[in-house]
Amino acid sequence: MERMGTIKRIQYDCRHATYLIEKRQQTSLTLKERVQLFIHLLGCSVCRLFQRQSRAISRALQQLFQRSAEQNHTLDEGVKREMQEKINERLKN
Amino acid sequence: MKKLFNLSTTAAGPDPAHWVASYADYLYTYALARLDDEELCRDLVQETFLAALEKLSEFRGESSERTWLTAILRYKVIDVYRKKNSAWLTSLEAHEAEPEYFEPDNGHWKEAWAPRPMSIDSSDPTLRKELAAVLQKCLQRLPALWQAIFSMKHMDEVKTEVICKELKVTPSNYWVILHRAKVNLRACVEKVWS
Repeated sequence: MERMGTIKRIQYDCRHATYLIEKRQQTSLTLKERVQLFIHLLGCSVCRLFQRQSRAISRALQQLFQRSAEQNHTLDEGVKREMQEKINERLKN
Repeated sequence: MKKLFNLSTTAAGPDPAHWVASYADYLYTYALARLDDEELCRDLVQETFLAALEKLSEFRGESSERTWLTAILRYKVIDVYRKKNSAWLTSLEAHEAEPEYFEPDNGHWKEAWAPRPMSIDSSDPTLRKELAAVLQKCLQRLPALWQAIFSMKHMDEVKTEVICKELKVTPSNYWVILHRAKVNLRACVEKVWS
């Protein structure tokens, strides 16, 4: 009886299941966590959908951040002159 | 003794007279990719140079000048993340504004927030571009700490333990934050996408 209750809880707990889905994308789950997630996903199509979408978002995030890291920006020449002047001042002291 | 030896052999040691010409744009680009604020990033670059001047004697020549300066800037960026985070934590409204996605008693998806199908896992280049634009918009709405975690994770590929240490969050908090951030981000994408 007690066991039935636990399984019911796992089947209903989408908060915990989505937490495990996120954790699994980064690190390995414990055996208990893996079993819990497996049982949950068997019966929950909404969380299966969440898992697919979450992975797609992770991939897109990766690309987005990489692209923004590759984009070059330049400072205004005037700003640069000021910067160097401040450095030179400090060097004199 | 060893120190003296090092000093005499690093003839190509730090050369502050050329720092701005050689590294200012690189450092500015680095900061701007992590903090979307041009003025703040300009200030951080300037501060980095001045902080480096104070630490000239610590430069060992083990890494390049650029790597050394970038490391100094990186700590300044993380400092901004931390300050933004504590400001967010103290403003209770931010917490209240965040919707509750799951039923409090059994953890089931709330009807209004349950994911619905959308075509985001497509390989169509146009759709991918669209998704990137939507994500960018949604990221900006996230609390600073969440943005910081995503950017450290995806841009610098920093290990979880390092992120936790640098942003001063516990590992168990880290997973909770990451989970919440992702659920939030996905909900935003669905809302903007459809």
